[in-house]
Amino acid sequence: MARNPVTWLGSPTFPKAARVALNDTQLRQNLRKATGTIRGRRAAAVAEMDDWEQLRVAGEQVKDDVLARLDTLLVQLEESVTARGGTVHWARDAEEANRIVLDLCRAENATEVVKVKSMATAEIGLNEALEAGGVHAVETDLAELIVQLGDDRPSHILVPAIHRNRAEIREIFQRRMGVEVSDEPADLAEAARTYLREKFLTTKVAISGANFAVADSGSIVVLESEGNGRMCLTLPDTLITVMGIEKLVPTWQDLEVFLQLLPRSSTAERMNPYTSVWTGVTPGDGPQRFHLVLIDNGRTATLQDSVGRQALRCIRCSACLNVCPVYERTGGQSYGSVYPGPIGAILTPQLVGDMHDPQAASLPFASSLCGACFEVCPVRIDIPSVLTHLRAEVVEAKGRTAESVAMAAAAWVFGSASRYEKAQKAGALARFLARDGRITSLPWPGSKWTSSRDVPAPPAQSFRAWWKENRCQK
Amino acid sequence: MPEVAGTAAREEILRRIRDARVPAAAPVVRGYHREGPGGVELFAERVADYRAVVRVVTDVPEALSSLRGKDVVAPDDVPDEWLVDGVGWLREPLSIGELDRADGVLTGCAVAIADTGTIVLDGGVAQGRRALTLLPDYHVCVVRADQIAGSVPEALARLQPTRPLTFISGPSATSDIELNRVEGVHGPRVLEVLIVT
Ligand code: SF4
Repeated sequence: MARNPVTWLGSPTFPKAARVALNDTQLRQNLRKATGTIRGRRAAAVAEMDDWEQLRVAGEQVKDDVLARLDTLLVQLEESVTARGGTVHWARDAEEANRIVLDLCRAENATEVVKVKSMATAEIGLNEALEAGGVHAVETDLAELIVQLGDDRPSHILVPAIHRNRAEIREIFQRRMGVEVSDEPADLAEAARTYLREKFLTTKVAISGANFAVADSGSIVVLESEGNGRMCLTLPDTLITVMGIEKLVPTWQDLEVFLQLLPRSSTAERMNPYTSVWTGVTPGDGPQRFHLVLIDNGRTATLQDSVGRQALRCIRCSACLNVCPVYERTGGQSYGSVYPGPIGAILTPQLVGDMHDPQAASLPFASSLCGACFEVCPVRIDIPSVLTHLRAEVVEAKGRTAESVAMAAAAWVFGSASRYEKAQKAGALARFLARDGRITSLPWPGSKWTSSRDVPAPPAQSFRAWWKENRCQK
Repeated sequence: MPEVAGTAAREEILRRIRDARVPAAAPVVRGYHREGPGGVELFAERVADYRAVVRVVTDVPEALSSLRGKDVVAPDDVPDEWLVDGVGWLREPLSIGELDRADGVLTGCAVAIADTGTIVLDGGVAQGRRALTLLPDYHVCVVRADQIAGSVPEALARLQPTRPLTFISGPSATSDIELNRVEGVHGPRVLEVLIVT
């Protein structure tokens, strides 16, 4: 088994899931409309900034600095949070993190907790673990609530219910909340408001993620729109924040870069409606008990990979999802992971850390390598490079030599007559690349072969072509 | 002696990080603008873009006459002249239920940001604790012209990170249903900003 539940148990490999999704016209319509809209808005919000490139570069550099000094910065964060009355916990994997949170809930005698949308808790499968331990977690973000009440899975980092249209949402609300409601977005939002209000006012424990943690001050930062985040971060007595160890920025000043990059990249706004910043506990204001759970769950293993570690710069803005032609057609659920789209294709396999897992190993191939994701990424993660790097790792994990990689490609070509013919036409082209009847370099995966030997150049005309021309019509 | 809970996990994570031997990073180049043009006009325009109500005023008490007939929460240290007649002023200590039943809340702010149309509360003078500006459905916020910073970097430099901070840009909103913006999900549905010049 993979070492953590970043991927959904029993999910098919990407190509299989994608084939099913491609046949779902409603899903594709919902997605095309949503991603198209947000792409346009993001472009406009970014065009307003004439220093966008400089901000991106700074974002990349600050995050690289974080990765280079992660040990010292985490210890510094721990000290600042503790000094302000918070408690810091460390978890090596999902199971350990879930156990810590469950124990904290039990210590407060909580059977129900309110939750702010958080990728980290989705990654570790916290809701399910709490449920098994007798604690019900109520998602309070509207999209997360739609997913939760629909017994569904999220399909987008920012808008988990992006695959649902208003009619579907209305049906879910009527069925699960037992209310009559129209399919007007305002009415649906009002129904959610009424449904959650009582919970906010009475629940004693809240669980959140973190967008950023500031090492030098110990401040935790959460960006949101609806105010459900503020409710959870302000009203309950106890707040438990779960965050990946890479979510740091070194100083308070560094936040100035990300508070500009994140809103425009994710919701295409100059600034999101609400950003909450808190440091430990403040007497008389907000939760009086604060726990910070730092999770590794595959991140330190990802850090080992000099090419792949840049995925840890990700600030989960979701811009790469919205521009990805593959994501737009297949939807987020095809990726079989809480992290879909281009970032999911490089982060999920690394967090899972097992290229023998067929589902995780299929993800680096879920891309056309068009490069649009790199262009929009606010922290300049070179997703296409990481994808090709991981593809090579997948192949290696299959226990094959470089040579057998080329053979595997050949087997695929030989497996179908039309592919074979197309490849032969390409092969005739390859002749022009050859000197003295030998080919000395082929594009990947052929390069894996030619790096150690030359290939005989294919003949000017293939046997099949010759046969067709001379023998087919009697 | 028993091991302190979590110590093993902590040590192992830190050891794994050190084992990764990530090379030191280049110094950060801050080639972006750290200052913005600022100004009342830009701030007013950007706040209005979020569908907040914006008024540029010179006389706060006069502007607050719009609150007449309502039950409005006011933090302990708002200026006395803001407590105009005809309003049912609610003062701390207030229960969560009382806050929830109030019609609105009146506060000042710590800093505002012209570039983004954001106001920032830090629990300081005339702002009260965070719950005050969260539960009532209507928030009137008084911003003095000298509190408006040009850019996000300028604003952060003026703020104390260890205080509980709330950055507010327009009323509560969601775009989760077919990306249609709907105002007022859980936070205040109406945000009114009075800019005092
Ligand atoms: S990889 Fe870049 S674009 Fe994609 S979610 Fe992360 S930060 Fe955003």
